[in-house]
Amino acid sequence: MVLPIAALVWEAKKTGARGFWQVVSSPEAVGALKLTFAAAFVVVGINAVLGTITAWVLVRDDFRGKSLVNSVIDLPFALPTIVAGLTLLTLYGPNSPVGIDVAFTRTAIVLALCFVTLPFVIRTVQPVLIELDVEMEEAARSLGAGRFTVFRRIVLPNILPGILSGSVLALARALGEIGAIVLVAGSTLHTEVASVFIFNVIQDGEPAQASAVAIVLLGAAFVLLLAVGALRFYATRHERA
Amino acid sequence: MPRRLGLRVVALGYLSVILLAPLAMVFYRTFEHGLEPVWQALSDPDTLHAFRVTLIAAAIAVPLNTAFGVLCALAIVRRRFRGKGLLNAFIDLPLAVSPVVIGLALFLLYAPRGGWFGNWLSNHGFQVLFAMPAIVLATIFVSVPFVAREVIPILRELGNEQEQAAGTLGATRWQRFRLITLPSIRWAVIYGVILTTARCLGEYGAVAVVSGRIEGRTETATTRIDDLIQNFQTSGGYAIAVVLAVIAVLVLVLMTLTKPKEASV
Repeated sequence: MVLPIAALVWEAKKTGARGFWQVVSSPEAVGALKLTFAAAFVVVGINAVLGTITAWVLVRDDFRGKSLVNSVIDLPFALPTIVAGLTLLTLYGPNSPVGIDVAFTRTAIVLALCFVTLPFVIRTVQPVLIELDVEMEEAARSLGAGRFTVFRRIVLPNILPGILSGSVLALARALGEIGAIVLVAGSTLHTEVASVFIFNVIQDGEPAQASAVAIVLLGAAFVLLLAVGALRFYATRHERA
Repeated sequence: MPRRLGLRVVALGYLSVILLAPLAMVFYRTFEHGLEPVWQALSDPDTLHAFRVTLIAAAIAVPLNTAFGVLCALAIVRRRFRGKGLLNAFIDLPLAVSPVVIGLALFLLYAPRGGWFGNWLSNHGFQVLFAMPAIVLATIFVSVPFVAREVIPILRELGNEQEQAAGTLGATRWQRFRLITLPSIRWAVIYGVILTTARCLGEYGAVAVVSGRIEGRTETATTRIDDLIQNFQTSGGYAIAVVLAVIAVLVLVLMTLTKPKEASV
């Protein structure tokens, strides 16, 4: 594991700082990176909100088939990403039976990333919600707090570390995703994300250029891993004290 | 309660729109014209070969990463050594970094011209890149973290008093591992193995870079789906996708059955 990463850094260094900058600041690379980060942040926002709602429904609500739904959440972990892309292409592509065709648009990227990052926030918030004592909320309600106040002042502070660490994991995943994206968004000028850009540049026989952009993604991954570590450290501060 | 119902509708609606409806649609499109075309598409020799490549890669990667994962988990939880934090962070790297970047890293290492090992290996008649070894290496790399991630929290909770007790009674290191540690982490290991297997079978990005995707030789099941769909041989692509989706559903069932209570993402 170490050697390949070292080789990657080495290859990027060979071109020197100026060469690195030249590649990374080329319009195609900048476009791809911008699109990647923008799409990833949008998707993480969507899944932070909807993931929290889903986790809440799974913990506090009760309905038939709940345990089935609970198992289905992990589907994006089990399903190959290329199959995920194909499923989206089938329903939201050119031959869509519901008349929605978003293939090869940026909406398709967002859809694909929503699919693959869906479980992260749910799976980090769910255990916290299960542990959370309902009595605290009931106490607040009995003291006259409205529903929104209870959520904002009591539930949210408790689940926030969970939401954040799930979001960071989802962000890391979204920044690097390729399998779900290639089929449904392809690599048109408009929809080329960083990982697809790297892939295309390698196919063109320019691994040195590819490694410059790869270094940016690698750096982002390291920063996000550190962030997860820091969040974990912060979330367990009471236990360590 | 209307609010509760509203949230339920939002959550279930989102799941259906993003996950379930698209998946159902693929099944529908695949079996639209009956079983015959699916069977035909799956018995295509290149497709069969692609499945074989995927299975071989998984068969090598899963046992290796299981052993490595358990060893790493033991080292991280039980030992103190320099660079432990680094090892801990490094294990997670394949989860955080793009598979394409992993593929590129392997590519640079084993490229026949200019790669660190590639020169030497190709002079000695080994081809790694665009051949089976590269596919196996890529599969191993991307599926490193899963077993260790599942075992570490269980080991932490377990403590090592029992093992120490066994040690004072004269049990050897291997006996302690086999009779005490292994039974307690068994379910976490199994859960990790399931996740590892799913990842190995479904790997696309890293393999796409290093395999060369030569039809009938270095294509895996996932890259073959891509190639078939891009070449408008949709029925072949759908057939493979459905096979992988069925495997994924099986994986889900197994995950639900074996999930350790403490497991977190």
